[in-house]
Amino acid sequence: MRRRASPEARPHPGAFPRLAIMNYTFQWGVALQHLPGLLEGAQLTFIIGFLTFWGASLVGLVMAALKTFGGPIIQRLVGAYVVFFTNTPALIQIWFLYFGLPDVGIVWDKFTCMLIGLILNAGAYLTEIIRAGFISVRRNEIEAAETLGFSLVQQIWFVIVPHIAKTIYPALANFFIVILVMGTSIGSVIGVQELTSQAKDLATVDYRYLEVFTIAAAIYVVLTIVASITLALVGRHVFRVKAKIF
Amino acid sequence: MLDRLADEIPRFFAWGNVVLLGEAMGITLSMTLVGCVLGFVFAFIIAFTRQVPGIPTLPLRMAAILFVEVFRRIPFLVVLFLVLFFIQAVARGTSLFTVAVVSICIYSTAYIADIIRGGFESVPRQQIEAARAMNFSHLQILGSIIVPQSWPVILPPAVVFMVGFIKDTSLVSQIGVFELTFRARELNNMGFSGILVFGVIAFLYFAISYPLTRWGQWLEKRLER
Repeated sequence: MRRRASPEARPHPGAFPRLAIMNYTFQWGVALQHLPGLLEGAQLTFIIGFLTFWGASLVGLVMAALKTFGGPIIQRLVGAYVVFFTNTPALIQIWFLYFGLPDVGIVWDKFTCMLIGLILNAGAYLTEIIRAGFISVRRNEIEAAETLGFSLVQQIWFVIVPHIAKTIYPALANFFIVILVMGTSIGSVIGVQELTSQAKDLATVDYRYLEVFTIAAAIYVVLTIVASITLALVGRHVFRVKAKIF
Repeated sequence: MLDRLADEIPRFFAWGNVVLLGEAMGITLSMTLVGCVLGFVFAFIIAFTRQVPGIPTLPLRMAAILFVEVFRRIPFLVVLFLVLFFIQAVARGTSLFTVAVVSICIYSTAYIADIIRGGFESVPRQQIEAARAMNFSHLQILGSIIVPQSWPVILPPAVVFMVGFIKDTSLVSQIGVFELTFRARELNNMGFSGILVFGVIAFLYFAISYPLTRWGQWLEKRLER
């Protein structure tokens, strides 16, 4: 590790509990000063995860409906969307929006680019999950709704969605965690100030990379465990699913 | 816009760039392959450790569970930075490729260990008890009862995970390994249009990932029978 750190980063006797591996001295006290900044980032991470999840759910629901009820051309188009977005990295998709679209005159700020990229990416995965739910709905129920004069949108919203909510809840809950962990950290690459990005920036203040990133990792673990437990409890009480927490 | 693209395309597909992208694809593929295969081996050891009963091995089991649970909840990017700074603190001058492989290995170990555990748990409990009653050792139970039966359950999701991980390795560009995504950014910085560069790179990822995904699906169907 670099030795030319700021004065307080240099080891001095009796200041903080230290553990030395090879020639690196951990200085947790210095890194812990950045905790408020990291928690701020964690807040944004959660917000991004939340927005992405609901946006992607909406995209996934619409796409799944189009794939199930649309004509052959629409079905193919949706199929192409899913195949393309699930087979390319989210990072490239976001960069395409951020660095590619200005060439044709569309300039979005980085937060919008990241959010739209993540929603399109996660939406492709959710299309598959939700479509699997669509197929599981029994034909009779849809026919009954048709007989009662439900329009297609009404059928989807009042018959299919309540029906599949329970079946796909565990998959959705799992996917929320994936978005929260995998998805949001991508924001740091284009400079959205979420947790990973904050860790990167705050670590440069006094070169305590290892400590700051360890704290960031711990925050991620706590954040996802809290989210997992909350989702499992919600699932248990609202949908009566025995979702596994671990 | 279109004439700008038409002007750039011949320059973009110059021989030097093609070789550059070919090499980058090789690096992307090789680090995923090495990392995930090593990850599979370690994951197997971890899943096996979780199976061993008895009080003396309790700390080992706890460590295995902790490893899996912690690393499944940290973004790959953070793992990457942690490994980078840790390796730099311990051994300077390690190549960035090694750092990337180590992080991929750690991350895939955590995920695949969970897949393997699921496979192991799919074997009926009674069979293991019967084997134990017949005085099979733990390794014998693993080798001749658990593995042959859980293999078809483990392999397809593990392959799907590994293939999916090719896309996630694009984050490795952040520490400066010369793989596809890094080259994309570089070519973009050289002045090529973002639409052209990222479109081509996205297509290259697609060309790697799509056939492998189809192969994984085929494998899944085949092993189901």
